[in-house]
Amino acid sequence: MTIITPDIKPAAVPGSGRVLFAYLKRDRLALAAAIFLAIVVIAAVLGPWLVGDAASRLGLRQRNLAPFSLASGWIYVLGADTLGRPILARLIVGAQNTFGIAAAAVFASMLVGGTLGLIAGYSERWYSHLILRLADVVMSFPSLLLALIVLYTLGPSITNLVIVLAVTRMPIYLRTARAEVLELRERMFVSAARAMGAKPARIIIRHIAPLVLPTLVTISAIDFATVILSESALSFLGLGIQPPDFTWGAMVANGRGYLATAWWIAFWPGLAIMLTTLSLNILSNWARTLADPQQRWRLQTLRKAAR
Amino acid sequence: MSNATILKVEGLTVDFLSDDQPVRAVDDVSFHVSRGETLVILGESGSGKSVSTSTVMDLVDCPPGDIVAGSCLFDGVELSGLGAEARRSINGRRIAMIFQDPLAYLNPVYTVGRQIEEVYESHGAESGKGARAKTIELLRRVGIPEPQNRVDFYPHQFSGGQRQRVMIAMAIALKPDILIADEPTTALDVSVQAQILDLLRDLQRETGMALIMITHDLEVAASMADRIIVMNGGKVVETGIAREVFSNPQHPYTRRLIAALPHGNAAEAPNRRSTAIAGETLLKVEHLTKHYELASGAFSSKRTFKAVDDISFEVRRGETLGIVGESGSGKSSVARMLLGLNAPSAGKAVFAGENIFDMNGKRLMAFRRKVQMVFQDPYGSMNPRMRVYSIISEPWVIHRDILPKDRWKARVAELLELVGLLPEHAERYPHQFSGGQRQRIAIARALASEPELIVCDEAVSALDVSIQAQVIDLLADLRTRLGLSYIFITHDLPIVRHFADRIMVMKDGRIVEEGQTAALFGAPRHDYTQSLLQAVPQPKWLTQAQ
Amino acid sequence: MISYLGRRASHSILSVIGLLTLVFFLTRLTGDPSALYLPLDSTAEARAAFARLNGLDQPIHWQFLGYLRDLLQLDFGESLRQNRSAMQVALEAFPETLKLAVVAITLSTALAILVGSLAAARPGSIFDRIASLVSLVGASAPDFWVAIVGILIFAVGLGLLPTSGTGSWAHWIMPTFVLMLRPFGLLVQVVRGTMLSALASPYIKTARAKGLPRQKIIFGHALRNSLLPVVTVAGDLATSLVNGAVVVESIFGWPGIGKLMIDSIIQRDFAVVQSTILVTATAIFILNIAIDLLYAVLDPRIRY
Repeated sequence: MTIITPDIKPAAVPGSGRVLFAYLKRDRLALAAAIFLAIVVIAAVLGPWLVGDAASRLGLRQRNLAPFSLASGWIYVLGADTLGRPILARLIVGAQNTFGIAAAAVFASMLVGGTLGLIAGYSERWYSHLILRLADVVMSFPSLLLALIVLYTLGPSITNLVIVLAVTRMPIYLRTARAEVLELRERMFVSAARAMGAKPARIIIRHIAPLVLPTLVTISAIDFATVILSESALSFLGLGIQPPDFTWGAMVANGRGYLATAWWIAFWPGLAIMLTTLSLNILSNWARTLADPQQRWRLQTLRKAAR
Repeated sequence: MSNATILKVEGLTVDFLSDDQPVRAVDDVSFHVSRGETLVILGESGSGKSVSTSTVMDLVDCPPGDIVAGSCLFDGVELSGLGAEARRSINGRRIAMIFQDPLAYLNPVYTVGRQIEEVYESHGAESGKGARAKTIELLRRVGIPEPQNRVDFYPHQFSGGQRQRVMIAMAIALKPDILIADEPTTALDVSVQAQILDLLRDLQRETGMALIMITHDLEVAASMADRIIVMNGGKVVETGIAREVFSNPQHPYTRRLIAALPHGNAAEAPNRRSTAIAGETLLKVEHLTKHYELASGAFSSKRTFKAVDDISFEVRRGETLGIVGESGSGKSSVARMLLGLNAPSAGKAVFAGENIFDMNGKRLMAFRRKVQMVFQDPYGSMNPRMRVYSIISEPWVIHRDILPKDRWKARVAELLELVGLLPEHAERYPHQFSGGQRQRIAIARALASEPELIVCDEAVSALDVSIQAQVIDLLADLRTRLGLSYIFITHDLPIVRHFADRIMVMKDGRIVEEGQTAALFGAPRHDYTQSLLQAVPQPKWLTQAQ
Repeated sequence: MISYLGRRASHSILSVIGLLTLVFFLTRLTGDPSALYLPLDSTAEARAAFARLNGLDQPIHWQFLGYLRDLLQLDFGESLRQNRSAMQVALEAFPETLKLAVVAITLSTALAILVGSLAAARPGSIFDRIASLVSLVGASAPDFWVAIVGILIFAVGLGLLPTSGTGSWAHWIMPTFVLMLRPFGLLVQVVRGTMLSALASPYIKTARAKGLPRQKIIFGHALRNSLLPVVTVAGDLATSLVNGAVVVESIFGWPGIGKLMIDSIIQRDFAVVQSTILVTATAIFILNIAIDLLYAVLDPRIRY
């Protein structure tokens, strides 16, 4: 019998950190987005510890201080609000709430939606149909209206905000996971495991879930941006986070009444929201190009043969 | 003949650019074709045969493609670097092309009529009623029944063979000088393949066009070719008159290909036992039936589709039973029912004295150990996220009593060696192996639970011919060493000729013929078996001599 | 076809009933509406009389049964705030939102198809880069913030446009623009993405081998196939346009269903909240059926 040595190619699969970074460097826009996000995340994690006091310190002399003046110190570079609190410090502190709420909501909806989707996709029992119908109800109604009603009745707290945001986003994960399971469950390796005698739980956990997870994680990156936007809209309408806590959306709402006299109070937090969601969208676009074998070459430096 | 040369390709070199060094898909390829002649470009997957003809048609996207060098001289016109308008006057009008998978290559949202009319209209040949009349005429010519109605059908409403006929109609609409056919029959059943090849030959005779045919199938190549070029790894390794290349191959690669050819009357059957197998009955299938309820239309009542229609057979210990049939014959449904993946509508299957369809719990688990499978698609039959070690040891996780955990590692190494791989391959992932190697891993996994019967569903169909032979040799070797029985399911009658002890031919869910392999090949009784055997393409030099 | 419509309708009716039930119980839990409508110093008798008059003294499951009975008789209750039929209030506001939504989704879809397919025709070109960036900004910008920055610049700063209200065509400009932003941004990306994959698909190779002109390949074959996913996404966006309408209407004082919804929630005007939900859900149900039908027209492979 002949022994054949495999023709193993060097690992050219994008996945390792160094390869990813090399791709990122080629797309300047994506690189800028990544750097911006890294800064914002660091600010959100460390910010309250560094500038937490400054963010809540009232300053009579700095009331409605205009931006771009360093006279009162660098922390006032973006101006101050009606109570004289520096906007830069409040942006940094607000980042933690904004990111924390969005992350909690996205994680919860991915976990619950993904699990329900795995069940609804693999099983054909009555509960699968029930799960799908419930997802339809949530999907068929505008998410903001649903959130408004629920938040107003249950009362606006951070926990309720996370629950409502998670529930309105859950159908996306549920449907994606289910669609993937429907396809995966017909794959040969699932048939092979079934013919071997594997139980449904083993097939779902060992064979199907690991292949569904990457798709869900990809969706969650885009969803993170959507959830930030939803949360800030709710906070803007006064039904999201309540004082003394605040997010960027609530900061825009606070500044809305002073548009004519102090535009910067509403402007900066809104810009922060936009740059964050924009960066997330740019990065997910880049990741999608990278993941598509037909488009990946656009991110490569193409070396031609000598002629 | 050379004075009538219509296309001359010289020194063609094409790269695909990527992060690393460019990948050379076509390397210094030269060929020419004359009017009325058929040139076959033969090669296995990845040999660069499709890229070279796509370049002639300017269908390679640059970048990432990169035409490094070469010239394509068509009827005195240099094709490389041609402007868009000049190119348009050649594509579709003077050189036309058909592809492997007509369902994907036809636009799903337009009727076939509209897609053919488009050829006339965009080249200013005909328009409106004239184009439609010509289209209907063309569809009749390529053998579409009721063309005046079918012209308004969409591609998905045709069968696979009919779709390829539509593609051919579209290609020959303006009577091109050259027709390039890229694996035109690969996805089709043998009997349909024979019809399409006949159609191509007839059309060539009528119009005198040159035909460039790309294929991986040696028999198709032999039945069509006047001249042949053999490609491997982007290079032309052999070129010449078809008959000479086949009867006296020069290059080692061509020799290997032709040696692996399982067909033809001359080939002997090294893996078949001449004596009938007289062991005890291992599996006895009685009146096995599988019905599907079809979704009904608004006015028709529910219809049932009989995928498997009351079949009975048995497999003896140590025997190899070949089940042969075209797509839709029900052969895969039989396999899925025997493996307990689908429930039968009626019937029994008695394995070692017990009906497997009545089993549950412990009995079923014990049965699953004894019967294993090897599937067609070596890419899909293994979880891409699991290492080879986890794949092969999975049966031991499910059936705890087979092997204590401290012995797993050693046993995986043993099994890998048994199927011709190396112990260190256990740490790799499936995508790091070639198709044939993956099928070896699938066989190792099947052997892990120490089965008595292995069901092979199209186990070698997705592999290149030279690899097919290696995998069949492995299966035959394991049969003698481990005393296994096989049910070997395939659409390719000649493949089982060298391997199966007994053959069962299926059509429309029924068994039409069953018998010892030699007897069935020597004197097929049923019309369908005869037509299957005749559908295997015969070399052109033999048919012309008759 | 008929059975499909029937199935679809029964699913939708179940969804709406589920939603109305949820809303009914949730709104009853928020607090006593009589507190909002009577003077602070009103007597306990006056409160009880108000509650009796509006059926609020009954146990909650009786209230719900009564509500269902009224629904079946097409009686949607009285608006506590305006003292007239709640359904009438909702139906008056609905056309205002509809006008705005139809203009916004039509304009943004048409514009997105044009920009997206031109970008996909020449990937990597300057036009493609600019279109991608603009669409990403559109999809990322918080609508409420764009609205108030717009007011700051065009109304407060330059005095070109009115800050809020309805009336002249100038009142339309800012609400329409803000409402279009997100659908436009998302649709450009969808059109560009599906066009790119359509252009790489086998049937485009056939079209090239047939020698078709480039415009015919891009607009006749690739775009025609790309319309299927675009219609799906545009349909979803039309549903979520109501989200935008809530924000935009409340900022620009547009008397539509979104503004009515927020006002009624804050005023605890149950009957109006429920009527607006019913009207919105019905509109979305009709929209979804229309999209399914359009889908069947666009894709011959789909038959219901």
